[in-house]
Amino acid sequence: MSDSKSKDPSGQKTELKPDQIQDKIQLDLEDVSGATTWRIIIKRFRRNQVAILGLFILAFFAFLALLSFIDDFAVIYLGRGILPYRPDEIFAGGADSFESPSITHPFGTDNIGRDIFIRIIYGARISMTVGFLAVIISLSIGTFLGLVAGYYGGPIDSVISMVLEMLLAFPGILLALAILSILGSSLNNAMLAVGIVYIPFYARIVRGQVFVERELIYVEAAKVLGAKTPRILSKHILPNIFGVLIIYSTLGIGTAILEVAALSFLGLGALPPTAEWGAMIADGRIHWAPGPHCVFFPGMAILLTVLSFNLVGDGLREALDPRFKR
Amino acid sequence: MSDENQSIPHTKSKFHDFLKYTVKRILRAIPVVLGIVTIVFFLFRIIPGDPAKMLAGRIPSADRIAEIRKKWGLDRPWWEQYIIFLQKLIFEFDIGDSYDTSTSVIYELSLRFPATIELTLVSMLLAVIVGIPIGIISAYKQHTRLDYISMVIALIGVSMPIYWLGLMLNGFFAADLGWFIGTGRIDPVLSADLPKLTNFYLIDSFVVGVMEGDWRFFTSTVNCIILPSTALSTIPMAVIARMMRSSMIEEMQKDYVRTARSKGLSERLVIIKHVTKNAMIPTITVVGLNLGALLAGAVLTETIFTWPGVGKYVWRSIGERDSPVIMGFVMIVAIIFVVANMITDLIYAYLDPRVRYYKRD
Repeated sequence: MSDSKSKDPSGQKTELKPDQIQDKIQLDLEDVSGATTWRIIIKRFRRNQVAILGLFILAFFAFLALLSFIDDFAVIYLGRGILPYRPDEIFAGGADSFESPSITHPFGTDNIGRDIFIRIIYGARISMTVGFLAVIISLSIGTFLGLVAGYYGGPIDSVISMVLEMLLAFPGILLALAILSILGSSLNNAMLAVGIVYIPFYARIVRGQVFVERELIYVEAAKVLGAKTPRILSKHILPNIFGVLIIYSTLGIGTAILEVAALSFLGLGALPPTAEWGAMIADGRIHWAPGPHCVFFPGMAILLTVLSFNLVGDGLREALDPRFKR
Repeated sequence: MSDENQSIPHTKSKFHDFLKYTVKRILRAIPVVLGIVTIVFFLFRIIPGDPAKMLAGRIPSADRIAEIRKKWGLDRPWWEQYIIFLQKLIFEFDIGDSYDTSTSVIYELSLRFPATIELTLVSMLLAVIVGIPIGIISAYKQHTRLDYISMVIALIGVSMPIYWLGLMLNGFFAADLGWFIGTGRIDPVLSADLPKLTNFYLIDSFVVGVMEGDWRFFTSTVNCIILPSTALSTIPMAVIARMMRSSMIEEMQKDYVRTARSKGLSERLVIIKHVTKNAMIPTITVVGLNLGALLAGAVLTETIFTWPGVGKYVWRSIGERDSPVIMGFVMIVAIIFVVANMITDLIYAYLDPRVRYYKRD
């Protein structure tokens, strides 16, 4: 797979220790000896320390999201949450606003006296869910369009590609901005808008992949056996490009989280009482002097979450395709 | 590169090829621009409510509504409305009036575009000046700690909410330390005295500096642009560094590099004279692609630094639900983006002749 023989897939330079060489031979052997692709990917992924770090950060924020769910259930069924405060609990009737980080409030309190740490925990749930669902929207529609365009080619492909190119002509969050100025501000609408905006991204990846796959012998074989087109697409081609889709979805969730937070910051996404990270930054933006922590912590949460998705996505990509290696 | 020695007998056809590619590329951009306009038109029409009432302003009179309805053909079928919309756009450069001020959206935007373009170009310049050397050094020192650190920083750069970075920079360096003014394009005290020849304050104030020897304007302008352009340039800087690095690494494995090395050139010379030059070509595409993203990012940055550009204006319009302004901005930036990409592709094709033959898609 690698184009030059002097560089090995794990990307180490010259000074390989004997056990590393052993390891490498093992891995190369596995490459050819019928081990499943996923096992190879996992093995390569595990050697990538940066990606593992990303996975840990990701797991941490997933844990926070889970914690907020448990807390909500505890409040409903036990009458008392497991976290010390509620995300919308106002301390001392707002007199405790802009309290600096302390033991009782690790990240301090915000402009109307709510605990920022608790709000960040709840924000993890919102951002993770929204990012995930936005990707589901763009992934499912994009995959469908890409499969159809790539498999049929010809005029169908031309029409779909043209529409995709038009959607891609809107840079960044602009199309989402336009869509939201019609749908109105809400977290769900922001999620939907980001989902729509990224359809072409997945459609183009799938289309490119299908162009390659449809020429392969197994598709021919399926055709000879009399499989109908929907079956070929869903049962044969789709599973083969699944790995690539997982990688781009992982990177996509990070981007979606970033975009939805930006829209919330602009006031187009989550509406005020919601503990959404972008909206929290917007709340804190005019209060730098009394409480820089109101801006700092939610931003760090966004940064770390998006970074973790990017690290894991990059790691998976390098593991799947050694040409992207470091 | 490779057909250098064949270029003499083919001079005419080479130019011809480029011309052909240029025409093809322009023809490809036209339907995309038309598509953008169409999408914006339909988004406009989906807005619930009577468009005539909306276009007529906040508290419309019956006369005004009738006038608007006639002007935009709103009592006719949609396809006629679409043609009128196109006609107005192409021949009169008119896409409607702001709800808020009842002035032409195009006019309002044109007043604010110089400020945004100035900020965008300075940010892009910053991103290129910093991003490309980082990419080169990272590739040259591949697999070293320096490489890992700079690539992780680049990844942090693309993962960061730029409005957050802007707020942090503004809060820390302007509000707390007082090193920068942090708001506007120039110290408000000096603003009235600066002759606005081009409305690009950097140029205007530089001219004043040269002509009259009074550099206060220029230093104030530079002071004002440092923080917003730093915030805005983060993402393209990171993207450019990553792109430059991977394209360097790819180039370094090519045959001509081996040839250069075997000629006995020093590694430094191989990198600087041969690899960098070729690796730069794909990076140009990234620069073009990011120009649009920068214009879109202006909405997020300008408001933080009260930069009087289109971004801040659109931010205000979002708050006021002033749809014509939002749509107008989205449409214009998208068109700029398409044109910028086209120009990038043409530069690419000019620098790399292979593109003209193989880049069909």
